[in-house]
Amino acid sequence: MVLIKAHNRWLITTTFVLALFLTVFPVGAALSWLRPEFITLLVIYWVLVMPQQLSLLRLWLLGCAVDLLVGSMLGQHALALMVVSYVCMLSYQRVRRYALWQQSAFVFLIVGLQQLVSNWVHSLSGSTPPSLVFLMPALASALVWPFLYLYLNRLRLRLRVS
Amino acid sequence: MLGSFASPFYLVTDLPSRLLAWGQESVLSRDQLQEHNDALRAELLIHKRKQQQMASLAAENVRLRQLLNSAEMIKDRVLVAELVGVSPDPLTHRVVINKGRRHGVGLGQPLLDAEGLMGQVVEVNELTSQVLLITDATHALPVQISRNGVRAVAQGVGDLYRLTLRHVSNTVDVRVGDLLVSSGLGQRFPEGYPVAEVTSVVNDPGQPFARVVVRPKAHLNRSRHVLLVFGGKAADAGEL
Repeated sequence: MVLIKAHNRWLITTTFVLALFLTVFPVGAALSWLRPEFITLLVIYWVLVMPQQLSLLRLWLLGCAVDLLVGSMLGQHALALMVVSYVCMLSYQRVRRYALWQQSAFVFLIVGLQQLVSNWVHSLSGSTPPSLVFLMPALASALVWPFLYLYLNRLRLRLRVS
Repeated sequence: MLGSFASPFYLVTDLPSRLLAWGQESVLSRDQLQEHNDALRAELLIHKRKQQQMASLAAENVRLRQLLNSAEMIKDRVLVAELVGVSPDPLTHRVVINKGRRHGVGLGQPLLDAEGLMGQVVEVNELTSQVLLITDATHALPVQISRNGVRAVAQGVGDLYRLTLRHVSNTVDVRVGDLLVSSGLGQRFPEGYPVAEVTSVVNDPGQPFARVVVRPKAHLNRSRHVLLVFGGKAADAGEL
């Protein structure tokens, strides 16, 4: 995320900062399970379109930022993001050729994996999810993915981010 | 220190609801204001009447305590704070308030709302602090039944409307509707603040303990204005 004007890479940083805001935006208790994992969605997106711009170290720092923000155990989201982004970095060449609904399914799997790792760390501190409800954010993320993908694609092409 | 990174995010995401509240407060018709005012006046009158009795009761209490040679009740000082954020993780019951180290907030400080005990401060940053609610699955606090003084431990289960009492034997006198107040035994919460009300007691002979479910008195997901209590030796900043 080097800020060179000609490449317009500031867009990457900006989207992540916006996602951090969306992560803590207050919603009612009923809706809190339906909040898409914006950070993970963006990680998937940027790894798919420009894998050279995101290193695991940066993503680890990003995960630590999320931990500080949410107030969870330091490293919980960092670990989950690393696992998830590693999977994405291994498979981006295939996934970027997928149709949108197939990508959505991929997103469901990836975010589900992230929730799994995250909840595993979380359960070490004593709070276990009541049921499989902790996979709800994965479903919400998969539903949001096509819109996010199309919109960010348009934005990225207009700004010629490279 | 690192946690201060989170403060601006919570303060900014709180802006829309703050704006909404401001709008609702400032765009009111004269009738509504008058009605509101009347209601408040009536409430004030009721509280003032209670206060009159309170003075004589307090004096009597002090006299009786002197007779018993016990310590005097310490008056708690409070600081009014406002909720600015809620933990985005539905599994952890934490809230963020807009008072921090700069206002003299300290670790472990209890938080109240108008109805009862809400939780305790677990992380202090420069401008905000994080509060663990009493319903979090990792939280428990010592309480006693105000009717007969039976002591128990109220444990959170991760449900905003439910706490359970741990290790209450089947023979203990607990009834539905009993008020639980903080007992002050844990040295963390001051004594005598309402915590919860008993909603169900199940005595199953097959189980070693009675299953007692209680409902927190505080409006844990509705209160926006909350009170931070300064016990005996807390900081002097922001006294009310």
